[in-house]
Amino acid sequence: MIAIIIALVITLRFVVLPSSLTDTRFHRESTVEREVAKKVAFAGATVCGTCHVDQMTKKSKGYHKTVSCETCHGAASSHIENPAQKPTAPRGREFCVFCHAYDQSRPTGFPQINPVVHNPLKPCTTCHNPHDPVPSQAPRECSACHAQIANIKSASPHALIGCTSCHTVPAQHKISPRSAVPTKPETREFCAKCHAQGAAQKDAPKIDFSSHGERFLCWDCHYPHLPERTVKR
Amino acid sequence: MNPELAQRLTEHLSEVTGFIYPNEVEIQWGILVVVYPYITGLVAGAFILASLVQLFNIKEVQPTYRLALLTALAFLLIAPLPLLLHLGHPLRSYEIFLTPQLKSAMAMFGFVYLWYLMAVLLLELWFEYRKDLVLWSKDAVFPMNWIYKILSFFSTDVSDRAVAFDHKAIRVITLVGVPSAFLLHGYVGFIFGSVKANPWWGSVLMPLVFLMSAIVSGIALIVFLYMVVAPLKGEAVDMRCLDKITSYLFYAVIVDFTLEVLDFIHRLYQSEESIKILSRLVMDKLFVSLWVIQVLLGMLVPLAVMVAVKSLKFTEELRRLFYFASVILIQLGIFATRWNVVIGGQLFSKSFRGLTTYKMEVVGIEGLFVAIALLIAPFIILTVFLKIFPAWDSESASHATS
Amino acid sequence: MIDRRKFLKRAVLFIPAVGLFRRLASDAQAKTPVAGYDPSNHLYGMGIDIDKCIGCGRCVEACKTENNVPKEPFFFRTWVERYTIKKDDSVEVENIDPRLRRGEEKTSEADVLRSFFVPKLCNQCQNPPCVQVCPVGATFSTEDGVVLVDSNRCIGCRYCIQACPYGARYLNPETKTADKCTFCYHRVVKGLLPACVEVCPTQARVFGDLKSMASRLVRFKRMKRITVLKAHLNTEPKVVYGNLDGEVR
Repeated sequence: MIAIIIALVITLRFVVLPSSLTDTRFHRESTVEREVAKKVAFAGATVCGTCHVDQMTKKSKGYHKTVSCETCHGAASSHIENPAQKPTAPRGREFCVFCHAYDQSRPTGFPQINPVVHNPLKPCTTCHNPHDPVPSQAPRECSACHAQIANIKSASPHALIGCTSCHTVPAQHKISPRSAVPTKPETREFCAKCHAQGAAQKDAPKIDFSSHGERFLCWDCHYPHLPERTVKR
Repeated sequence: MNPELAQRLTEHLSEVTGFIYPNEVEIQWGILVVVYPYITGLVAGAFILASLVQLFNIKEVQPTYRLALLTALAFLLIAPLPLLLHLGHPLRSYEIFLTPQLKSAMAMFGFVYLWYLMAVLLLELWFEYRKDLVLWSKDAVFPMNWIYKILSFFSTDVSDRAVAFDHKAIRVITLVGVPSAFLLHGYVGFIFGSVKANPWWGSVLMPLVFLMSAIVSGIALIVFLYMVVAPLKGEAVDMRCLDKITSYLFYAVIVDFTLEVLDFIHRLYQSEESIKILSRLVMDKLFVSLWVIQVLLGMLVPLAVMVAVKSLKFTEELRRLFYFASVILIQLGIFATRWNVVIGGQLFSKSFRGLTTYKMEVVGIEGLFVAIALLIAPFIILTVFLKIFPAWDSESASHATS
Repeated sequence: MIDRRKFLKRAVLFIPAVGLFRRLASDAQAKTPVAGYDPSNHLYGMGIDIDKCIGCGRCVEACKTENNVPKEPFFFRTWVERYTIKKDDSVEVENIDPRLRRGEEKTSEADVLRSFFVPKLCNQCQNPPCVQVCPVGATFSTEDGVVLVDSNRCIGCRYCIQACPYGARYLNPETKTADKCTFCYHRVVKGLLPACVEVCPTQARVFGDLKSMASRLVRFKRMKRITVLKAHLNTEPKVVYGNLDGEVR
């Protein structure tokens, strides 16, 4: 009796039921088919250049060369299918700040501004061409791209020391930052200029360079942009 | 997106503390998934108690034998409902039978459930009741006489040899049934215990803890039902039976408690990365449900009571009172255990950096009312069963003559 | 004379014979989703360079647009986290909602030791716990290394969401099935990049074919110190991180 029931179940499952219902391979293939048939919303960076050659060429040389057209103009597949349907173009101040508003978590060297004080009310495109964005003039302050460091430093004992006091900045750095990197001090003697016993700078704390942290560089322990305040003993 | 849903999720978001992955705002398994292991636990526990009679010939427990089997069946019939109601697509649930993914513990559900229902519980009940079904079908009025006849599969042999065969069959079924009951509830423990992504769930002890707490809750339920139903049916409560069952309950609670304490100590001692967020979980979110309900009321108080009853001499009256109170507390405690595992495991983020909340709906397909209905339904079914298939001879005798 | 015994014996032999025949027949029907595309020649992965991510959230927006994910901040196929590690070693993490402007800085720069953004998405694991636990096999790995969900078969049990250690899955409120990042499978089989990679302005997301001899991803894995999330869980993620901080979970 039980054997008959088992045989019946097996027959039902493996023979009677069509494999379209049971074979996982069919399900997976149909899933892949459905997945692949989904509509594509973003057209891809290379397609835009087939019609918009000028903007593409301009962009490929400037700071926005790694920024895709659709990053700012939104999904453009519908524009490819029907060129009359134009993608959006952000022309105010609301869009550029997604990337360029100051945020201390952004990596250093990324150009950031404080949207409240930086040319308020003017659309960004007034001074910056989005396809080849350069500032209307070379940044005067290092804080244009290194705002986080500047902010830290401005509340530190080193506040009144200019960036260029310790870093030699080649002129090319403001034009092509990664190709001409500023220098960093390399020896203990550099800091000794202010911090050694008998150095000229009156309010700089003095230490004995022959014994203090011998063998190591000063910035192995001390962060030059925010050195600790010393406690008067 | 549905504005109601957006509103609900915004409320959730406002009550998040710390950091959670953005997809973790609302927990996925709610009250229905708490009810399911609770119910299957009762099934497994009730069946195991019944098996004691068969496997170890513990005659004192005999008065509760049929009650335990019927209870197991009543709860087993309701068991798939919380799961079905919880699914996003309940109408597709047949796929678990058609193309189960065999590596998934959850895929086992359909097969283990069916096996336990058909090959264990129904079969055992049939053999137990066969003789009575034949006898009742002779005396009952329409339509009951036909119902009994059909249920007995038109069998007529009530000779001693046939009855002896029935008993032998029951023994064999029980032998298969006990591991099956272990599997029925143990696999639920495995479903949680095998999730390595969740440190509250992923533990080797989880299937064991689930099983032991199931046995505790099942035995406690039978005690409760026996004390409530037997007087209603005119059957005197056998104190020797009650004392014996409560004795087993006591041992089960000790084992369960030991396992849970072991888990706790082990976690604290190892002090893995998750211990910080789990401590916050246990002290902030689960304080009442874990320390007060599960541990204090659900375990320590019943344990203390049972120790007292075992060591001191109480009158029958007092013992009955204590047993009754203990088993109710135990049920609360085991339900809280399920809550703490299921809900508790989802209240903390897998980033270990934050906690979210569970806002239980009241109405709605996964709401409180549905959960309460699912918990009450088996009792209603049991009432019907007890009417048609009396659990005690005193009643069945009067039943036959009516 | 065929008696019952003989009949049963023959019937039993009939079953595997039919099964074999059906298997052979279905093999002949295997199709490819896109003409000329052979999944076995590809294995997709992604690299994320933490040093380049500026937390602009364009990837999150683009993914929602491309894949019809609800715009509200409760369902994400990809998201960006922001970590702030303070001088007292405490760690603050928050989700970046791309629709919001930057608010007031919560922590003054002087208290911060390190701060960075971490984009997250489905790791397309090679040992995926979500595939392991799906009771109906609705979620599966394709040959080219993408974990997909069959929304016609998913019963919405949410076990996969529980099993994912990365919080990458969610229950789609419209289809009531599990959903997650698919590496924009519908784009990559046609040679396009996933939407998030497409719009990333700093090229912090590096999509590539691990079976290709020369791809951006292969170079990424050569030149960077690579970490994966929750390596101890042995899910073998195919999303690898370069310059990832140890505080990231």
